[in-house]
Amino acid sequence: MLGPLQRLGRTGIGFFERLGRGHVFLLQILARLPALLLRPGLVVRQIYSVGVLTLLIILVSGLFVGMVLGLQGFNTLSDFGAEESLGVAVALALVRELGPVVTALLFAGRAGSALTAEIGLMKATEQLSGMEMMAVDPMKRVIAPRFLAGFLSMPLLAAIFSAIGVYGGFFVGVGLLGVDEGAYWSQMQANVDLQDDIYNGVIKSIVFGFVATWIAVFEGYDAVPTSEGVSRATTRTVVHGALAVLGLDFVLTALMFGD
Amino acid sequence: MKQSKAVEIAVGLFVAAGMAALFILAMKVSNLSTSVNGESYTITASFDNIGGLKVRSPVTVSGVRIGRVDSIVYDFETYEAVVQLRIGNSYDRFPEDTTASIFTAGLLGEQYVALEPGGSEDNIMPGDRIQLTQSALVLEQMIGQFLYNTASAEEK
Amino acid sequence: MVQVRDLAFSRGERSIFDGIDLDIARGSVTAIMGPSGTGKTTLLKLIGGQLQPQQGSIVVDGECVTDLGIKALYKLRQRMGMMFQSGALLTDLSVFDNIAFPIREHTDLPETLVRDLVLMKLQAVGLRGAAGMMPNELSGGMARRVAMARAIALDPMMVMYDEPFTGQDPISMGIVVKLISELNSALGLTSVVVSHDVQETAAIADYVYLLSDGKVVDQGTPDSLWKSASEWSQQFLNGEPDGPVAFHYPAAAFRDDLIGGGRTT
Repeated sequence: MLGPLQRLGRTGIGFFERLGRGHVFLLQILARLPALLLRPGLVVRQIYSVGVLTLLIILVSGLFVGMVLGLQGFNTLSDFGAEESLGVAVALALVRELGPVVTALLFAGRAGSALTAEIGLMKATEQLSGMEMMAVDPMKRVIAPRFLAGFLSMPLLAAIFSAIGVYGGFFVGVGLLGVDEGAYWSQMQANVDLQDDIYNGVIKSIVFGFVATWIAVFEGYDAVPTSEGVSRATTRTVVHGALAVLGLDFVLTALMFGD
Repeated sequence: MKQSKAVEIAVGLFVAAGMAALFILAMKVSNLSTSVNGESYTITASFDNIGGLKVRSPVTVSGVRIGRVDSIVYDFETYEAVVQLRIGNSYDRFPEDTTASIFTAGLLGEQYVALEPGGSEDNIMPGDRIQLTQSALVLEQMIGQFLYNTASAEEK
Repeated sequence: MVQVRDLAFSRGERSIFDGIDLDIARGSVTAIMGPSGTGKTTLLKLIGGQLQPQQGSIVVDGECVTDLGIKALYKLRQRMGMMFQSGALLTDLSVFDNIAFPIREHTDLPETLVRDLVLMKLQAVGLRGAAGMMPNELSGGMARRVAMARAIALDPMMVMYDEPFTGQDPISMGIVVKLISELNSALGLTSVVVSHDVQETAAIADYVYLLSDGKVVDQGTPDSLWKSASEWSQQFLNGEPDGPVAFHYPAAAFRDDLIGGGRTT
């Protein structure tokens, strides 16, 4: 009788305990960020593994998403004789939504899971503990640079995704389907607003980068130090990261474009 | 140390690419290049009906975009909508009897303010009010009028 | 060098130490032995201040580890080296960079001097030729020697070895045994060796503590231990399969279990 109820309670307590630990962990990271300014080399190395190595998948995905938008947009818009608006449709879809969201999902899958696995394995092989015994703070040496690198890389990746996507749409719309080149760009420029659309998109990508990286490094640091524990943590990074990004996207969209 | 140099170069390229993408989004995709920034002045115009005109709608002259709508308020003194137009400083020699009209781009497109210079010697000064205005054409009214006219023509 | 007094530590419900006292003399090689699962590694982590005991005090070189703030603790740890069972080498750095790691983190020495220091440490463990290799290219024995070189990189006053002999072939084992005692005398270290390999440990230890069930059951020099040890210690030291520690894990009577029809109680 009490079984399921008790299980529910235990799950709930466990959830809030993890949530609390996650926030304490975040504060610990943030407290160590200023010291990183003295060691930019550490962050640069991590931007390489978090940002540069994710670039290829972002470029390819951005191009294809842009091309699909061009194709679908053209088919729908041509029904209304409004092919000239293709540029607007592609650019707004990318800048406001798809750029930040798809990039964040890919980022959680590619860079986030790698971060979790790396940190989790470092914990499992006692590398973090070893550092501590060498009087080196692993939070400062390992976690904080990775967090900062992810946080900095995400907006850049999202911007690259959107930009390449706009050219992907251009390639299909103008190159293959014969939309007027001038109309494509001028309609886009006339209707995409720097403040409302671009800035808000960038803010979204910054928030997503923060959350996705936070989840990734926390899951790695909090992983049970066994092979199974690390593999579970990696899965959680991707699942929780994706859910957090999509949930936050709704909240942010409602706040930004709601009225 | 060779390896770390390659890493640094790669990161440098990555950051540069990201910045370039942001720049493209700002300059090529958005309206930054066509929007009025920095030096500008405002004039106002009153309309009986502004239709679907919105803040940030473009202001054009002979089809050239020269500014945007800054604010729209309703004036209870005159029972008219007062539209404030922000215009770039490089376009500062419009005659006093310039006409401001609200047009629609295409059949279903967005609405914009078109200025049409008159023949006066004196120029409009910043903060002035344009005297000659032409309200937006509202599609429903036009259709209504058309139907009324045909109906009355048939009666004869 | 190290005084442990009335130390008690437990993980959740499970008590790991229950009031132990240890003294580790400066300049000696002290061995802490006991069966697997007696918390020998936990003891080293307690000495290193990575874990907090529930009760008791640990004094290292005059400083009470349990009361130190994080800054002072890190300062103290710079004077302690530790070799982990797994080696705990940083897998993304080469052997050279692994040993240079603590030096670079804690000093502002010029790169040429760092290089000299690292090569000296590598020479001491006989792996100067492997400086450019990555940790995953090393054999288990080599990895452990690199970990040793790293443990002494900052010229500590004390080095703790966690199971240095397990899982080694006889040759690497011999090398590690020789290195521990040679480094100890050559560098004037104090060494703490945690192990359950009786022969190798006895060969180099000046003093031995035997731990079991969270208590110190026997202590003394290796020679005296063999002569005077209790029945339990004899079993452990000589590796007898049955004795005070029974071969069978405690269970219901075998006969009852069989007749019970497979129900485990």
